[in-house]
Amino acid sequence: MPIVWLFLIVMAIAAIGYVLGRSRALQSAGGDSRDLHSLPVFYGANVALKAVVPAFGLLIIWLLAQPLYVSSQVSQTIPDSVIKEGSSRSLVMAEVRRTAFGLDNAVAQGDITEELARNARADVADMTQRLKDAGQVVTSNITQPVLMAAQSYRILNSTGYFIMSIVVIAAALLGAAFSWRQTHSEYRARNVVEQGIRVLLLAAASIAILTTVGIVLSLVFNTWEFFKLYPATDFFFGLTWSPSFSGRGGSSALGVLPLLWGTLYISIVALLVAVPIGLFAAIYLSEYASPRVRAFAKPLLEVLAGIPTIVYGLFALLTVGPLLLGIFGDGGLGWMKAGTAVMTAGLVMGIMLIPFVSSLSDDIINAVPQAMRDGSYGLGATQSETIRQVVLPAALPGIVGAILLAASRAIGETMIVVLGAGAAARLSLNPFEAMTTVTAKIVSQLTGDADFASPEALVAFALGMTLFIITLGLNVFALYIVRKYREQYE
Amino acid sequence: MNDMTRVERQVDTNKIKLECRDCQVHYGETHAIKDVNVDIEDKTVTAFIGPSGCGKSTFLRCLNRMNDTIDIARVKGSFKLDGEDIYDKRVDPVQLRAKVGMVFQKPNPFPKSIYDNVAYGPRIHGLAKNKADLDDIVEKSLRRGAIWDEVKDRLDAPGTGLSGGQQQRLCIARAVATEPEVLLMDEPCSALDPIATAQVEELIDELREQYSVVIVTHSMQQAARVSQKTAFFHLGSLVEFGETGQIFTNPVDPRTESYITGRIG
Repeated sequence: MPIVWLFLIVMAIAAIGYVLGRSRALQSAGGDSRDLHSLPVFYGANVALKAVVPAFGLLIIWLLAQPLYVSSQVSQTIPDSVIKEGSSRSLVMAEVRRTAFGLDNAVAQGDITEELARNARADVADMTQRLKDAGQVVTSNITQPVLMAAQSYRILNSTGYFIMSIVVIAAALLGAAFSWRQTHSEYRARNVVEQGIRVLLLAAASIAILTTVGIVLSLVFNTWEFFKLYPATDFFFGLTWSPSFSGRGGSSALGVLPLLWGTLYISIVALLVAVPIGLFAAIYLSEYASPRVRAFAKPLLEVLAGIPTIVYGLFALLTVGPLLLGIFGDGGLGWMKAGTAVMTAGLVMGIMLIPFVSSLSDDIINAVPQAMRDGSYGLGATQSETIRQVVLPAALPGIVGAILLAASRAIGETMIVVLGAGAAARLSLNPFEAMTTVTAKIVSQLTGDADFASPEALVAFALGMTLFIITLGLNVFALYIVRKYREQYE
Repeated sequence: MNDMTRVERQVDTNKIKLECRDCQVHYGETHAIKDVNVDIEDKTVTAFIGPSGCGKSTFLRCLNRMNDTIDIARVKGSFKLDGEDIYDKRVDPVQLRAKVGMVFQKPNPFPKSIYDNVAYGPRIHGLAKNKADLDDIVEKSLRRGAIWDEVKDRLDAPGTGLSGGQQQRLCIARAVATEPEVLLMDEPCSALDPIATAQVEELIDELREQYSVVIVTHSMQQAARVSQKTAFFHLGSLVEFGETGQIFTNPVDPRTESYITGRIG
């Protein structure tokens, strides 16, 4: 039974439960809703909730657990002799899964019958041919053990789903029946529903947090794998980045320092562009601009934030790079060899960050009480004196927070760097040379035919982890600064 | 009302410091101040009283061109400080505000140290020759603000950390530090408790020896206690202006009488 049907059945049970619960409550009060503890809808909602929540909870757990269980069961049936040299059990299992999937599709299309798909003595070559004819992706010729494993995989899965459907529907029915019996005019349905809503909201919040935890864990485990294959000291203190593309072999030098240097250098250039321009724009908008100009200019500035970063990347590659090359290249000052350079990416990234800095700073400057400005004007200070000596110091914690957020955004930026900064990992002070960043290298290490067991691919996780820790640190620091000083001034 | 008088009434008139004629203020469509004529005398405390929204604060803000910072406000009429029109194009409002200081309803110390709060005005106007000179100005102003003894040991502490009454006295000290000739006070005691109010009132009386003080207040007792001249505003017009004692004991206009006896407002 497809999951959609299961879902609809459970919802139907809940709907019926709602109506029944509501009418039972009214009945127990003799038809007068004023004698009920809660409004009639709460009794109905109580029944519906108790039908839906356990059933769906069970459904989700089952859907998560069954593949794991089936895989481990099937995996045990594969004899060690099948696993070829240089291969692994997980690769064979992938083939088993592919075959089972192919069989499913072929049966669904009517190319082979269910009996044939389940026939343990089916001819392997014939089956392979049939699957290929049915348009299913089967990479190699299916071997006998793989076919048998695939068949048992299919059977286990279909039985599993069958049992699951029964259990889920039973849970929904039981929940509805139980709460229907509970329903009575004295029963505190409203409190139960309130509690239930609280739990639902809590669950929504937890999903976001658990996802973060999951991402971090996957980073941690893969990073751990990487450090088993590649010494951590070489990674953190290595001065060269030159992964070998042949795949195996210890010839790769995976030092993170050139990448970190590139990241920091480009981010610093970007912030040097974005912070003054963004801050001055914010000061103009909040202190000098008339309401008409402000209403017109602020959204326009924020349009910058809506441009996809790949478009900024194109801008860097096609406009800013050649422009800089014209000034600093061989035709001009002779410092620059190609359009892709730290300066190109930094400038464009700086432009991208202007709305971040300006928009956040503008809000913060506006939040400085007018009384502060009045006090300063009342003492005969000019507008710029007031801004410099009163408004900006009062807004400083917020502005620092805005800058740090922009910085963590700059460090995590990828597309502009890929297109604007070049691909050479280099430790250099010349801003007109091509360099690359951590994020750009994560992309290049994982795209293409990556073997996920090699250090060349796993290094991406270590890089991601490094980046994550840096930006997390920056964000925490930003929040700390903002909180600490805000308390002092309020 | 005479029993409330803490200050002897001066019958002799001082020279006129600030002369206001035919003053009009519009806030967008609203005609906030209509045909107001007031003479502010030197070394005198002038009180503006009247119900909320009658325009006394708006008029006060005209006297140092603080209404310039409000986009929709338009001011007309003649305001002459020592005979010079303060709304003349050649007058720099920034310099004017150094001469006509202001203290606001809510204490608004800057988020700086106590010392820097008081030194703010002298610094931007370059009143101190050196650090020692600035220290002197700060101490003198804080003493005149009657807060020196409370803060002399913690001049580096943030001004925002003081109590409400201390903050207001700090703001007065800050305003005094620029050596203004006229001091405008917009309900300076409305956020303060009676003890702090009494301290500020005493302070206002001391300031009178050197400055011309204009105070907006909602408290008629306060006006009676601290001022020599009182102006009663109602619905944007100046109803009556005269000696404080006369306004409170023998008002000419029936509206003034209704207000001070509590029937309107």
